[in-house]
Amino acid sequence: MTSTLTRAGARTAPPHRRTKSVRWRGSLIAWLFLAPALLLFLYFKFIPMALGLWKSFHEVHYITDTWVGLDNYKTILTDDAFGAAIWHSILLALGTTIGSLVLGLGFALLIEGPARYLWFVRTAAFLPVVTTMAAVAEVWRIMFHPADSGMLNTIIGWVGVDPQPWLASENSSLWSIMLMSIWRGTPYDMMIFLAGLVGVDRTLYEAAAVDGASTWRRLRHITLPALRPVFWILFTLAAIRGLRVFVEVYVLTNGGPNGSSEVLMTLIYKLGFQSNELGVASAGGIVLFLATLALTVVVQLLRRRQAA
Amino acid sequence: MRFDSALGLESRRGPVAITGKVILYGLMVIVFTGPLVGLLISAFSKTLDPTSFTLWPEEFTLENFVQAKDKNVYLYLLNSFIVVGFGLLLQMLVSVFAAYSLARKKFRGMTFVMLLMLATMMLPEEIIAIPLSLVLADMPVFHTNLIGTYAGMILPVGAWGFSILVMTEFMKEVPVELEEAARIDGAGELRIFATIIVPLCRPALGVIGVFGFTMIWDQYLLPLIVAPQSDMWTLPIALRSLRSDEEVGIGVLLAASLLALLPSIIAFLAFQRQFMRGLTSGAVKG
Repeated sequence: MTSTLTRAGARTAPPHRRTKSVRWRGSLIAWLFLAPALLLFLYFKFIPMALGLWKSFHEVHYITDTWVGLDNYKTILTDDAFGAAIWHSILLALGTTIGSLVLGLGFALLIEGPARYLWFVRTAAFLPVVTTMAAVAEVWRIMFHPADSGMLNTIIGWVGVDPQPWLASENSSLWSIMLMSIWRGTPYDMMIFLAGLVGVDRTLYEAAAVDGASTWRRLRHITLPALRPVFWILFTLAAIRGLRVFVEVYVLTNGGPNGSSEVLMTLIYKLGFQSNELGVASAGGIVLFLATLALTVVVQLLRRRQAA
Repeated sequence: MRFDSALGLESRRGPVAITGKVILYGLMVIVFTGPLVGLLISAFSKTLDPTSFTLWPEEFTLENFVQAKDKNVYLYLLNSFIVVGFGLLLQMLVSVFAAYSLARKKFRGMTFVMLLMLATMMLPEEIIAIPLSLVLADMPVFHTNLIGTYAGMILPVGAWGFSILVMTEFMKEVPVELEEAARIDGAGELRIFATIIVPLCRPALGVIGVFGFTMIWDQYLLPLIVAPQSDMWTLPIALRSLRSDEEVGIGVLLAASLLALLPSIIAFLAFQRQFMRGLTSGAVKG
């Protein structure tokens, strides 16, 4: 359409100049409408990102920065506390992601369908996702109370399991945080799977039924392949979310006991705001950024290869 | 046999199947809402020993909410509402403006701008928390300090890639003919924008409104960085200090937690349809 317009304009000389100025004015208006967003992004996303990169190569003092090259990165990659924090981050991200995906898919299959009561179940189950993390974490912190009277201990007591120390022990703190994260992540994954299930061709199910295929085979050969794109998206999103986890850990354990649940973000926070090691903290942020970027790229590549 | 779903559970009848379904769905509802219901009941109950909350309170009371007043909980709540109110207003305005440009205009550099928007969505805010605090303390060019101001909590949430993209997708659907007709009638750019495009995008405004609300309400790191003194705290970050306050029982903490949870739950229940729509479009695009 645009090409016909310009050709029509080119036929006579004066309108040609006018269309040009009109187009120029159009661009100006477009940029004006974009300006607030771009300005806010510049100040609160891009400048901080660039500044973080800059600081990551410096030892930051109160007024002056000294160039230290890759020293901050070396500190991170060799420091034991960082190594442990990175490992905890990865473990937490993987556990939460896989747990939420598997449970989310399972629940989605169970509550798929148009019935009214299923709609109710879905809405109720979705509540954890919209709730405020800090408040939810306080609630879980209380449920995790390690004494016999703690809520979760009471519940597992009903089925004869001994009371657990949950957050209070070095051996279980990370797993407890993971449990809460899965509780909160599962409904989200479930909803997205449900949206994906809507797109599955129903006639294939009927055809499979005519052929006498079992439920398992129907799932394996019709449903799961149809859900593959959804699966990739969720995996990427959840893994990135898992790597950058902060509030959950900060509220539940703040990295304790004895650093057993310290993740990259809580460590960066402590370094930056409590010990004023801004250079190392910035380098930590960059490492986290590179990790999420690498993860995204790898997942996209895998996905392409599988699709081809 | 008909298959409306992969497992075909829904079409199963008979007492065994129905009992199974009741138990299954009941368990699901309990697992996912239990902690929240527990909080609701405990916040109103008197018995609380500090270790656990209860589903069978001995006495219902409002005392926790009365005591919360002495601990400034309502001030924190007000702060939260100030931040979310102005933040959401700004965010919706910015999104609508940006989306108008991205959806309805053609200009050089548009792909680049789109990429920038996507990049902001890829960039988790936690990662830039430290340098962001430096930027907020000394804004480039303006050299103002936003630490300790409401503006410091509001401006950074003003632009959000998600709501801009959702809005853009929606605005693309508005027919060009409407715009052309208005232009022939002599309507100016702002007029077309305000009287034709924006009113037609009301459903999308609902979507980005609900998501923006929960996103801003859930902010934690940003207020933690920006509000060093307690009179500026938002409710979510105030919870931590309530917990360590020896003077108050756990009741006040639970009352405050409930107040922190309720607005987003209410927003979700009131705008469920918009929420689900935004969720699926956001996930597939993002």
